Amino acid sequence: MRQIWIICKRELNSFFDSLMAYVMLIAFLGFSGFFTWIYVADVFFIGQASLQVFFGISYWTLFFFIPALTMGQLAEENRSGTIELLLTKPVDNMQVVIGKFLSTLILISLALAFTLPYYITIANIGPVDHGAVISGYIGLILLSASYISIGIFASSVSKNQIVGFLLALFIGILFQWVFGTVATSISGFFGELFNFLSLQTHFDSISRGVIDSKDIIYFLSIIVFGLVASSTIMAKRNN
Amino acid sequence: MDIVVKNLTKKYGNQRAVDDISFEVRTGEVLGFLGPNGAGKTTTMKAITSFLRPDAGSILVGEYSAITQADEVKRVIGYLPEHNSLYTDMPVIDYLKFVAELQGIDKSRIPDRILEMVDVCGLEGEKHKKIGELSKGYQQRVGLAQALIHDPEVLILDEPTTGLDPNQIVEIRELIKKIGREKTVILSSHILAEVEATCDRIMIINKGKIVADGTDEELKKHAQGKEIIRVSVEGVDRNEFIPVVQELQTVDSVDPVDSEEDNSNSFEITSHLDMSSRKAIFQQCVEKGWILTEMTLIVTKLEDVFHDLTMN
Repeated sequence: MRQIWIICKRELNSFFDSLMAYVMLIAFLGFSGFFTWIYVADVFFIGQASLQVFFGISYWTLFFFIPALTMGQLAEENRSGTIELLLTKPVDNMQVVIGKFLSTLILISLALAFTLPYYITIANIGPVDHGAVISGYIGLILLSASYISIGIFASSVSKNQIVGFLLALFIGILFQWVFGTVATSISGFFGELFNFLSLQTHFDSISRGVIDSKDIIYFLSIIVFGLVASSTIMAKRNN
Repeated sequence: MDIVVKNLTKKYGNQRAVDDISFEVRTGEVLGFLGPNGAGKTTTMKAITSFLRPDAGSILVGEYSAITQADEVKRVIGYLPEHNSLYTDMPVIDYLKFVAELQGIDKSRIPDRILEMVDVCGLEGEKHKKIGELSKGYQQRVGLAQALIHDPEVLILDEPTTGLDPNQIVEIRELIKKIGREKTVILSSHILAEVEATCDRIMIINKGKIVADGTDEELKKHAQGKEIIRVSVEGVDRNEFIPVVQELQTVDSVDPVDSEEDNSNSFEITSHLDMSSRKAIFQQCVEKGWILTEMTLIVTKLEDVFHDLTMN
């Protein structure tokens, strides 16, 4: 646990030193702010005191931003060879993977924390469903964690950051969009299966305020699968 | 802390990078790995640091197995890899702190250890710079500092002096020798003079196998075996000289040096095993009235040993 935290701390410092963290925070707040408050289909257009618009926007913004953060996390270590010095310290593959996962998750959580003023503003405009907002944020964090896990897996596959980015987007789009679309066009067992695999289904139900253990298990499975796969690939490469 | 390597084998695809090698290194010993590129030096070192998992064989560092007790082994080893890849975006001090924390050094001791390493490795002026801004030599010093920070029992250095200037090389060699008195050190190099100067024992590896193991004197003696002397004479034709000398009881062979030039009269004379021809040649020259202008004993250099063993 100590080792994971040390690695996580270093990653966070590196996010902030390289300005990546600031760019990400500003871009995320800019995008989500613009589409939530200013663009045509904004909060005022709907006429309800709800953060549904913001959650919908974040769903897509995070989809693109997270791979940009994770793409280099393992690929760059492998390319430059820094992984050798790291793994010859008393640290194992899984600790490295979890450390990196946590650092990105903390950064994303920070970005989400900066959107709390949206909530406060909405709450002052009209009666807001507090439960739905809280579960919406939980949904966004689970969603981010899943994408981070997928992103780190994509980053472990190759020494090339671009491959890491594109692969993460590719895997992401399957969960984000393709499974859901396929599910609507076929019926029966496979229709059910694809519907279950679709991230949208699970995210929608959480962001509406329904926290079902089925959805939590779904997100946790993606996270655990991604982390274990990354660590396995790293172990393969070094052996 | 002793290192015991037994029957270590590591394959990359079908190629055996390290082929069934066994050796021991004792506490207080500095072992030098020599070998051409691709001989298996780095692979062996990486296996000892438990970064690479060998295909067969066992490695014991002290009482810990590098294969099943990786964490314990990593704690007692300080390792400087061949491509000393550091986080270029981190300042030196932060990087050393990061490594110290990973090595589990007590929080209260970390600042002292960092200062000591900065002092020992001569990083005083550079400690707040980012590693990427440092020259190759200074990066190498940072690499050494991170390897030494937890005061390891075993030090493994893969080509530790690459990129250093001559003064730094001397400093680093002194440092390695000093550490080597109490700790176990393995270093690899392709600079023979370096290995001769710093190591108590030399091991030459070629194509994944150990081809020689011993102190540099032992290796030279082993390779030399026969006495070779270089002789120059005047007042005699080469065709006359060779048969006469060849007749001497102690002489094994006579080879003219610079055979393209006909008027040259230098020869390399090899004696039979454990015999010396120097007296006999001198007496022969006196008898025949030849003028002996040079007689030098040729000392085998480590270069020659290395060349003989690795060129087949």
